[in-house]
Amino acid sequence: MSVDLIQTKNLKKYFKTPKGELHAVDDVNFNIKRGQTLGVVGESGCGKSTLGRTILRLLEPTSGEVLYNGKNILDYDFKEMQEMRKKMQIIFQDPYASLNPRMTISQIIAEPIKVCKTITNKIEIDNKVYDLMETVGLAERLVNTYPHELDGGRRQRIGVARALALDPEFIVCDEPVSALDVSIQAQILNLMMDLQEERGLTYMFITHDLSVVKHISDEIAVMYLGQCVEKTSSDELFENPMHPYTRALLDAIPVPNLSRRNKSKGIIKGEVTSPINPKPGCRFAARCSEAKPECTSGNFELKEVSKGHFVACAKYS
Amino acid sequence: MTDNTVLNNSKAVRKSKVKKRSQLKSIWFRYKKNKLAMLGLVLLIILTLVSICAPLLANYNEDAIRQDMKNRLQFPNKDHIFGTDQYGRDLFARIIFGARVSLSISLITIAVSLSIGIIIGSVAGFYGGKIDDVLMRIMDVFLAIPQMLMAISIVAALGPGTGNLIAAMSISNVPRFARIVRSSILTIKDQEFVEAAKACGTRDGRIIAKHIVPNAIGPIIVQATLNIAETIISISGLSFLGLGIKAPTPEWGSMLSEGKEQMRYYPYLVIIPGMAIVFAVMALNLMGDGLRDALDPRLKN
Amino acid sequence: MADKLLEIKDLNVIYETDESTVYAVNGLNLSINEGETLGLVGETGAGKTTTALSIMKLLPEKIGLIKKGEIILDDINVTNATEHDMRLLRGDTVSMIFQDPMTSLNPTLTVGEQIAEVLELHKKDMNKEQVQKRVEEILELVGLPAERKSEYPHQFSGGMKQRVVIAIALACEPKLLLADEPTTALDVTIQAQVLEMMKELKDKLNTAMLLITHDLGVVAETCDRVAIMYAGEIIELGTVEDIFNGNKHHPYTDGLFGSLPDLTKKTRRLSPIEGLMPDPTDLPSGCPFHTRCNKCMDICKTEKPKITVDNSHMIKCHLFK
Repeated sequence: MSVDLIQTKNLKKYFKTPKGELHAVDDVNFNIKRGQTLGVVGESGCGKSTLGRTILRLLEPTSGEVLYNGKNILDYDFKEMQEMRKKMQIIFQDPYASLNPRMTISQIIAEPIKVCKTITNKIEIDNKVYDLMETVGLAERLVNTYPHELDGGRRQRIGVARALALDPEFIVCDEPVSALDVSIQAQILNLMMDLQEERGLTYMFITHDLSVVKHISDEIAVMYLGQCVEKTSSDELFENPMHPYTRALLDAIPVPNLSRRNKSKGIIKGEVTSPINPKPGCRFAARCSEAKPECTSGNFELKEVSKGHFVACAKYS
Repeated sequence: MTDNTVLNNSKAVRKSKVKKRSQLKSIWFRYKKNKLAMLGLVLLIILTLVSICAPLLANYNEDAIRQDMKNRLQFPNKDHIFGTDQYGRDLFARIIFGARVSLSISLITIAVSLSIGIIIGSVAGFYGGKIDDVLMRIMDVFLAIPQMLMAISIVAALGPGTGNLIAAMSISNVPRFARIVRSSILTIKDQEFVEAAKACGTRDGRIIAKHIVPNAIGPIIVQATLNIAETIISISGLSFLGLGIKAPTPEWGSMLSEGKEQMRYYPYLVIIPGMAIVFAVMALNLMGDGLRDALDPRLKN
Repeated sequence: MADKLLEIKDLNVIYETDESTVYAVNGLNLSINEGETLGLVGETGAGKTTTALSIMKLLPEKIGLIKKGEIILDDINVTNATEHDMRLLRGDTVSMIFQDPMTSLNPTLTVGEQIAEVLELHKKDMNKEQVQKRVEEILELVGLPAERKSEYPHQFSGGMKQRVVIAIALACEPKLLLADEPTTALDVTIQAQVLEMMKELKDKLNTAMLLITHDLGVVAETCDRVAIMYAGEIIELGTVEDIFNGNKHHPYTDGLFGSLPDLTKKTRRLSPIEGLMPDPTDLPSGCPFHTRCNKCMDICKTEKPKITVDNSHMIKCHLFK
């Protein structure tokens, strides 16, 4: 039986802004089983990237717990956290900004090893770098090149190799393919899935692209303005979306075939409102086509509607 | 862990034939391509060699210090290729001995103020918040006092002497460097590669030194090379007030200000030390530009 | 049959830099009829944007050159037109929408002023009140309240900014609209809103559109015809039915579809095209796709494939003769 590798409990991250408190992540609970992938979907500004960074403690959460193998890593001091960081890594969205432009590829990949001193022998570090480059499909001759000399796909492979350098168990993937062309995107997705099978990696896959997330995830959490509104297995989500926001998202994806052409779609009106000092009630109520008066009062927590399918909506509470 | 077994089997055996090129080598490789930068480097090497070998080319006490009123104010000729000044001292000897003083003091001053400026600026920029406020307000106080005035008051308080002169000049230069370093660090510290470094537990010191400062170095180098020229001139100003280098010791800035009085009839008295300063500054500027480009692998010409 | 609004014949565009020559567009043929939407699909570096910039004659000066071919827009030969003629054309007959709505608006001018500017340039017979009336009209047309004309771009969200950009582009009711990835920077729900609005406007104003995108989903929902571009050439062109429902395809088109995760089926692995786009400074001989093609034959390496036409469907590949 698989066990939970990562679990969050009432995780909150608020930012102070001149206009008030920005609720980037508001009371998020989820768990990821070892060797599985949790997809986190949402539009820009819904707090999905903040969530990923908070779990890795790149940002300190306002309150809540992050359990890794059952232990709360938020209690760890700097030394213990340093150990922890070898097990949890991150792959970034922008393959241009996430690589230090002054370092060669081999330096970039070797940097985590040098920092954490998992290997100290220089030649062994070199060998490890070559192994990693081979694993992610980068030719050996590229060791001396700089990131700017390579295309987006190769750069993202470097990002993957760097994340793997410490042999982690858990990787947060923050939109790793959204800056890439479709054919390159597919190459990287295949690579990530192969690595997961070989190494038993656990992923938290953050994206705005629903078709990608369906493809790679076992479970999916849909986020809206800092809150998780629906969470279930990926098949269930696409077959039986319950939250009106999830349905609107699914409707909005342009599908590459002609079956939906000229059919009117349930396009939701309005835009994402600001997560600064949110009003009580369902945050989606203002755009929701099924909103009722009770939606604007009271809180709606995730509720298990059918087995393994959690929804936060007035309709189901 | 398949990787570890592979590694153990191949212990200390280099697997790839592709050689890694060292950082310094590739910087030198890029620097070499820039012809103007190479010209600057050659000029600077010549200047350094001349000032080191000065005792072989002229006698310090005889040519540069001793006054010889019989031969005063001679235009450049066979015996005195740069001519003589109003006290009959050989201008050539004074230029080459002056190079030692001017170049070393200005270079040390820049090095000291640059290092302090980088530390203050990067700490302020990287940590932000209260530390930033406190450090930058202190820098603002320094900036509020005219640079020359501050140098004068520091030397006056500490007493004249080369060491104190360097200290005074350095302190008055620090705020400018700190400002420039801080602003370039602010643009870099939020980039994702810095976050990636944090994600694998890199300590702040290493993040600043390895990831942030190298990416912010361009404008810093330009500012530093420009400041050298100013420093040479400021030293002469202080010397003129009797707070810098003592009178008979040759030094380019003070030679310039002494020659100024005779400029109308004996223009070579200003032209020659002026040219010396121009050459030194040009060499350093060309080098600085070249170094900035060589340190940035993205620029290829 | 509608008239041809835009015709591009054998267009070749290069970028000349100090070190190398980039062959951005190589022998491109394309035409757009009045009121039609043509989707131009391809990956980064395929020459999509270069094609659009050539039509506007906005290629970077001195570096970008139209080497060969001609572009005829509304009976005007753009390739020979002077800068003065082009200025009259741009914004009036043809206008362009850029990818990033955040940077294509001037932050120091109000939205209304920016829309009015186009009108003042091209509709000289309009007086001030008429211009203001038209500004309000056009804002309502793109779904923004008219009273927001006196606000500055930073007061709008991304989706609304893109609406403003579209309003500027449509202010003079151009015959042709070049839309360069108009929705790529937007969220899916906003993208759906903007696409829906663009479709409605197009029908209302009968504007022809060249929609540049890499998203086949967007193409399926909005375009009448599709051109697939690779390494500066159009390798397949047809109606949306030809491309999405037809069974004969260029191997690259097949590869593009294979790269997309399918929402309706569960597959563990995607079947992407191996390898990378060829270096545009050093294109391979023969068919530019042969280095990545899984159906590559000997002839592909040496000879450029000819065009095979089947009614409305054109394919440039040796497989179909």
